[in-house]
Amino acid sequence: MSTKPRTLFDKIWESHVVNRQDDGTCLLYIDRHLTHEVTSAPAFEGLRTNKRKVRRPDLTLAVADHNVPTTDRAKGIEDAESRLQIETLRQNCKEFGIRLYDMDDIRQGIVHIIGPEQGFTLPGLTIVCGDSHTSTHGAFGSLAFGIGTSEVEHVLATQTLLQKPAKNMLVEVTGKLPNGVGAKDIILAIIGKIGTAGGTGHVIEYSGDAIRGLSMEGRMTVCNMSIEGGARAGLIAPDEKTFEYLKGRPMVPKGAAWEAAVAYWKTLPSDPGARYDRELRLAAAEIPPLVTWGTSPEDVVPVTGTIPTLDAAKDATQREAYERKYEYMGLKPGQKLSELKVDHVFIGSCTNGRIEDIRSAAAVVKGRKVAKGVRALLVPGSGLVKEQAEQEGLDRIFREAGFEWREPGCSMCLAMNADKVGYGERCASTSNRNFEGRQGRGGRTHLMSPAMAAAAAIAGRLADVRELQ
Amino acid sequence: MDKFTKLTGVAAPLPRVNVDTDAIIPKQYLKTIKRTGLKAGLFYEWRTNQDGSEKPDFVLNKPAYKNAQILVAGANFGCGSSREHAPWALLDFGIRCVIAPSFGDIFFNNCFKNGMLPIALPQAEVDKLMQDAEKGANATISVDLEKQEITRPDGGVIKFDIDPFRKYCLLNGFDDIGLTLRQKEKIDGYEAERRRTMPWLDGSRAA
Repeated sequence: MSTKPRTLFDKIWESHVVNRQDDGTCLLYIDRHLTHEVTSAPAFEGLRTNKRKVRRPDLTLAVADHNVPTTDRAKGIEDAESRLQIETLRQNCKEFGIRLYDMDDIRQGIVHIIGPEQGFTLPGLTIVCGDSHTSTHGAFGSLAFGIGTSEVEHVLATQTLLQKPAKNMLVEVTGKLPNGVGAKDIILAIIGKIGTAGGTGHVIEYSGDAIRGLSMEGRMTVCNMSIEGGARAGLIAPDEKTFEYLKGRPMVPKGAAWEAAVAYWKTLPSDPGARYDRELRLAAAEIPPLVTWGTSPEDVVPVTGTIPTLDAAKDATQREAYERKYEYMGLKPGQKLSELKVDHVFIGSCTNGRIEDIRSAAAVVKGRKVAKGVRALLVPGSGLVKEQAEQEGLDRIFREAGFEWREPGCSMCLAMNADKVGYGERCASTSNRNFEGRQGRGGRTHLMSPAMAAAAAIAGRLADVRELQ
Repeated sequence: MDKFTKLTGVAAPLPRVNVDTDAIIPKQYLKTIKRTGLKAGLFYEWRTNQDGSEKPDFVLNKPAYKNAQILVAGANFGCGSSREHAPWALLDFGIRCVIAPSFGDIFFNNCFKNGMLPIALPQAEVDKLMQDAEKGANATISVDLEKQEITRPDGGVIKFDIDPFRKYCLLNGFDDIGLTLRQKEKIDGYEAERRRTMPWLDGSRAA
């Protein structure tokens, strides 16, 4: 073991190497594996074909989230393919002895929300899932990244993965966040700055007092969208807030084991003087409420701003891309964001479907009405988030305003279930991707924070949340 | 897994940047429980009109590129979602090699698990191959993995880099899982040590 100062990433990596090849490829032990219905079926099929078993069924947790209806569950799933996919997950879990939170379980929800909620996610672990937003769990100081289905099969069979170490990138956000600005704005600002490929090949460690000042929910929002900046994983060093969040959750160690775990977790933060391959610094005070205008998460502008003109494009390739975006999004260069009327508002997803997100949207919505012609959905990230919100009376605030209060799932973030944005329709969304067709073919997505999405629902157009405060 | 040694074929040009995996294969094709038969969904929204009819001007719909085996694309190809359906759809269409200035990490990794070769080259080299690809079916490109060389239609050669272990696996068609299972004793040893030093890590069954 080297004695030079190490980053949080270095420490987690080195403690999980089972074997190192001469070329640097490592066999990495995987502590936790999450799985859902969309990316797992061929992996289980592969195990069956090759007569292989799941090495550690106790280290995998399964949930159905992408295809689940967010309306009355008692009616079952109308779409035959969605139904089959979930039924297949159910059978696979039964056959291989894997714990599943099924559709009727209060603990069911989006895979990246239930992991932390149950304490399946802990600091210092390696966590994988066949889903790119696995980066969310990095908020606990665990190395968490998305994998493909072949790798899901590899993890199931061996509890390891073949990997090469990533490079270290530090993003430090310092100072006080302005009024109306939150975790979502921080991560959008970072992606706007580094670009959608800016973090490729890197793990991003987020630090600075603005990051430390965020709640665990806010930290998860930041880490969640690391992949939108190209980084497979985001990391935030564990601290008292992390321990406080975890203590007492169902799968978290108890008693003496808890004390031992905390003692270990306290050794994880990066050492003073640890070296990063890249460093970026942002002043929190300079981040305004942000929205995306185009079809890449890097297309970030202040809500008070305008659609960039072709002059803002850095080269011919980007000019061409801008022209495609104008056309797809139905925008004119120079147009004010605040002129854009919305047809849908979606509050939810693994980015912003947690209790704090719902609270911050509720604060804006309270006593107001959703604008005429706007369909607004509030989709809690899990059954437990939904229950908590209902206990706080937040569901009434949304219902009275004209929001639809739904059952938990991925929903309109990727529109695999029945919740879709129609052709040419515009959506103010708290999700993570504004790609062409992401929320439905021809659908036009603007990404923003829950408070901003709530403001858009009330105004019927993209709006500055600060005007509603 | 099929071996990848040498590939000679038509290259299709897709000069767009940030082609995400939602564009490569949209969500409705993710409802399958198999990894085959996905070419119908490849670039679905670019390849078809709203009524499902083909757009004749999309590159892979043009007769010259119907049998393309190589795709030449812009930077950050395959960014976004981890869906392995993206390489599966390309493979099902017949494309086994994608050449671009850069790739999304997860997509890049997924390719190798399916006997596909993604090649990252400097923009200037990709530009040359993009021009070659624009020439259509009369201009084939050869990719030789052993020599790490791309041969252009005019005979010009471009060298490329590849991780030696990935090259070894592709050339031999090795299945990662089979290779890893040979290290079972090491995994057993790691697990035993972990159980001794951090027994609380096995606590996920507690609830």
